[in-house]
Amino acid sequence: MKMLSTLPTPRSTLSRFSIPSTITTFTSHSQTLPQASLTTSPPHSQILSTRHSLLSRNLSAVDLVRSHLTRLRLTEPHLRSFLHLPDDQTLLTQAHDLDRRIANGEEVGPLAGVLVAVKDNICTSDMPSTGGSRILENYRPPFDATAVKRVKELGGIVVGKTNLDEFGMGSTTEASAFQVTANPWDVSRVPGGSSGGSAAAVSARQCVVSLGSDTGGSVRQPASFCGVVGLKPTYGRVSRFGLMAYASSLDAIGCFGSSVADTGILLHAIAGHDRFDATSSKQEVPNFLSHFDSTSSLESKPLKGLRVGLIRETIEDGVDAGVVSTIRAAASHFEELGCSVNEVSLPSFSLGLPAYYILALSESSSNLSRYDGIRYGNQVYADELDSLYGDSRAKGLGSEVKMRILMGTYALSAGYYDAYYKRAQQVRTIIRNSFKEALDQYDILISPAAPSAAYKIGEKKNDPLAMYAGDIMTVNVNLAGLPALVLPCGFIENGTAGLPVGLQMIGAAFDEERPQSFINTCKMGELLRVGHIFEQTLENGRFVPPIVADSVE
Amino acid sequence: MSYTILKTFQFHPLLLHPTSILKRRNRFLYSTTTKATQTKVPTSTQSKKLDKIPKDYEAVIGIETHVQLSTFTKAFCNCPYNYGSFPNSSICPVCMGLPGALPVLNSKVIEFAVKLGLALNCNLAFDSKFDRKQYFYPDLPKGYQISQFDVPIAASGFLDVDIPLEFGGGHKRFGITRVHIEEDAGKLMHTENGNFSQVDLNRAGVPLLEIVSEPDMRNGIEASEYAAELQRLVRYLGVGNGNMQEGSLRCDVNVSVRPIGQEKFGTKVEVKNLNSFASMSRAIDFEISRQVQLHSQGQEDQIVQETRLWEEGSQRTITMRKKEGLADYRYFPEPDLPSVILSQEYVDAIQNCLPELPEEKRRRYEKMGLGMQDVLFLANDKNIAEFFDATLAKGADAKLVANWIMSDIAAFMKNEKLTINDIKLTPEELSELIGSIKGGIISGKIGKEILFELLAKGGSVKEIIEKKDLVQIADPVEIEKMVDKVIAENPKQVEQYRGGKTKLQGFFAGQVMKVSKGKANPGLLNKILLEKLNSKS
Ligand SMILES: [Zn+2]
Repeated sequence: MKMLSTLPTPRSTLSRFSIPSTITTFTSHSQTLPQASLTTSPPHSQILSTRHSLLSRNLSAVDLVRSHLTRLRLTEPHLRSFLHLPDDQTLLTQAHDLDRRIANGEEVGPLAGVLVAVKDNICTSDMPSTGGSRILENYRPPFDATAVKRVKELGGIVVGKTNLDEFGMGSTTEASAFQVTANPWDVSRVPGGSSGGSAAAVSARQCVVSLGSDTGGSVRQPASFCGVVGLKPTYGRVSRFGLMAYASSLDAIGCFGSSVADTGILLHAIAGHDRFDATSSKQEVPNFLSHFDSTSSLESKPLKGLRVGLIRETIEDGVDAGVVSTIRAAASHFEELGCSVNEVSLPSFSLGLPAYYILALSESSSNLSRYDGIRYGNQVYADELDSLYGDSRAKGLGSEVKMRILMGTYALSAGYYDAYYKRAQQVRTIIRNSFKEALDQYDILISPAAPSAAYKIGEKKNDPLAMYAGDIMTVNVNLAGLPALVLPCGFIENGTAGLPVGLQMIGAAFDEERPQSFINTCKMGELLRVGHIFEQTLENGRFVPPIVADSVE
Repeated sequence: MSYTILKTFQFHPLLLHPTSILKRRNRFLYSTTTKATQTKVPTSTQSKKLDKIPKDYEAVIGIETHVQLSTFTKAFCNCPYNYGSFPNSSICPVCMGLPGALPVLNSKVIEFAVKLGLALNCNLAFDSKFDRKQYFYPDLPKGYQISQFDVPIAASGFLDVDIPLEFGGGHKRFGITRVHIEEDAGKLMHTENGNFSQVDLNRAGVPLLEIVSEPDMRNGIEASEYAAELQRLVRYLGVGNGNMQEGSLRCDVNVSVRPIGQEKFGTKVEVKNLNSFASMSRAIDFEISRQVQLHSQGQEDQIVQETRLWEEGSQRTITMRKKEGLADYRYFPEPDLPSVILSQEYVDAIQNCLPELPEEKRRRYEKMGLGMQDVLFLANDKNIAEFFDATLAKGADAKLVANWIMSDIAAFMKNEKLTINDIKLTPEELSELIGSIKGGIISGKIGKEILFELLAKGGSVKEIIEKKDLVQIADPVEIEKMVDKVIAENPKQVEQYRGGKTKLQGFFAGQVMKVSKGKANPGLLNKILLEKLNSKS
């Protein structure tokens, strides 16, 4: 009740979007800055407000791109989020084209003018795609990943390829072959990983939304570290075609945004069956976008009846005390929204980490075999075939990748398969079942997204086990193939600004999009709606890092 | 740079980027640099015939056959496959193993696998899956081959074979261990004198069925007949062209020898490079002789587990590579493809549409009273069998049709180097022709003439008979006139005949036939001729 009393006065959707607050910060029209009272207002959809501004001709796409480029020049030298940026003219040409089409009254796609960053392990035909690996330096795919293709078809403008740990293998971007990305909240800290570039880019408003990939938490952990919304969809919801495979049975393309609405809108754009990915789901993508424009009419207990389970094993020893207290506060917030919150034990939770690493590394040892220097990528010329293979891979792949390939190869070797791979698959089944049971009792499960806030660059670089342990919160979700949404829910004290802490919400398969009309009385676990309401009602719910705070508000 | 590579592969496949240039290395070569290491085998064993294999040894032979499926597109992408196309002209991100590309199963592959599985009397796996078989080789774009490991789509079947009479005849049943689906690899092209190799990925991803036999064969003939029957089956089912020269049907045989009575198998040797059934049979018999000889000289320890290559030129097998322990392919389930679930309805539908198979055909022909030689000739070639059956369907007599096909038609095809599909004669007309002779409309001699015209030019029997006025003359009055004419024109011969030189009857018959332009009914002609010649004596 206390929280609800601090809710901002309800505004009609339209009036809210008629104030292009975010957009104005991209331009120099500071006279239209909203009044101070809005600075603590909850995050709103930049996609919807941009669209409104563009269509109502309050803003041109060219201005939008120009202010984007200005901001990029200010922030990128500190952050190094991007591995590749197209030249300014490429973006301006697309913006001109959009302005012309709007001026002509032509239909524009739902992502028209939305600036999208793409993780560099997702193929783009018009930009290099390296996967953060030296072996694919300057590699240019002949096709767009299905997710990228859909973004482009709906009008999105790809503003660059973001940094990552090589082929997604890491939790900090320190394993990138090219550069380390800094955390916009504290540039001495890591942004998380492997999708650290995509998370940092959204956090520092270097783009509106971004695509990442999540094999064991690679979207959710950096979302938590960078204070942005990160969504890992149900396995099979988004086509993996064009995503450089790390561990095929766990990989999912995910979305980042500065609000749940933007993240959900991006998911809606890229979700759906794809005939080029046999593991993509044929389940229809319902229209869940209506969730995001109805918060103005919130009841006093908008999540009344929702059963929330706080996973006990995720707030026990080994988890930062500040993280635990922030998550407990988030749990209280859920109660205030009308939910029942109970602790739930998933005894198999701790089994997930070793099982995950065995399966992920086994699959990766196979998936990365194609980087052999024969057909594409960097080749070290050698007189003999075996040396050509050996030298090309020795020089082209980083040490973390090599270590994982070696471990995965070992786990799949004759005589070890049953003890490792097969056993890990059995654990996977146990975990899947225990989640299913828990999600029969609870509509959503919550936990921290990571055991700590962002740590210092270099802090865990030489301690891989400590880094792997950081994945404990997220890997089980991949093993079970479930959707999970991470959104910032508070801060841990760190100097002036504090470091954001992410709350992970786990739903049943395909719950990230289940429309309200779909829900029977007991099943209300649709993640995006719940996340949206949580975010919109959270006190001090705007997470803008100091590096861009001046220009954003 | 990688951009250029792609371009190179897609548009200028022969201007190869250095990435596909590899120094030759002995162990990867199929020929020229690998020297035969087994020099002890005297050349005389080459000519050893089957019956010369000492009676106290027994050979055990198992065969792994790779059958390329003739689906329109490859197993996991939309590229078509045509043998002999320009290198790297039929490739895409999937079959090139580009980053981010994923396999999607062509459902036709499953249909073909089920067809062959049923035809081989196998048990089908209603829930099978794909696995990755991992190894590095430049013709394998992904670093693994999509295959089936522990759950093949079909297993535990058998294949019935009739051994040709010239090899002793008899009916044999050979066990089928398993049938599984996998994808083909590309091809390495070793330049003749250069020191690099080029990669052609056209064949990469083409669907294959690997058929593993039980070790049931005992000599080269049994093995080659097994393979030939498999080829027939593939062609009858329409799942592949079974062409050995093009590599659409590839057989690797495992040969071991053991003293009769010994239960344990001897060390098995794999023999490759068998490009025809004849070379397969000869290669196996050579290999058996080689091993028996080593056995009988007490040198069985010289028989090592290895892969040997059949050399057509020298008619012997030579060492290609020794096996260095068991290769570890690190199989694990392919995570990019869902499992393959078959429904009973699906299987039933395929079962109900199976054509008559060679074995069934042979038994049916046998029941018609045809000899085994005829049965094998007719049933062994799907097209000939179809021609034969179509002719029968028009009402012709089986034995007569068989005779025509096996004699004049076969001879014509052989001379002209044509297949039965190339000749102009249709089953309808063959049936008509046989009927016309049987019904006395034309003589057998005229029939043959018509046959050759039909074979070469086509047309209908009726038309030819009409156009050329070939209808047999069966009118006694007309024939009598011709007989009278011939008798009148040859008084000298008549005198000789009547003087006892009755052999001259043939001369008169020939003359009358000539007058009738071959159309006189021979029976009637002879009857009237004899009457006339004898009456005035
Ligand atoms: Zn292809």
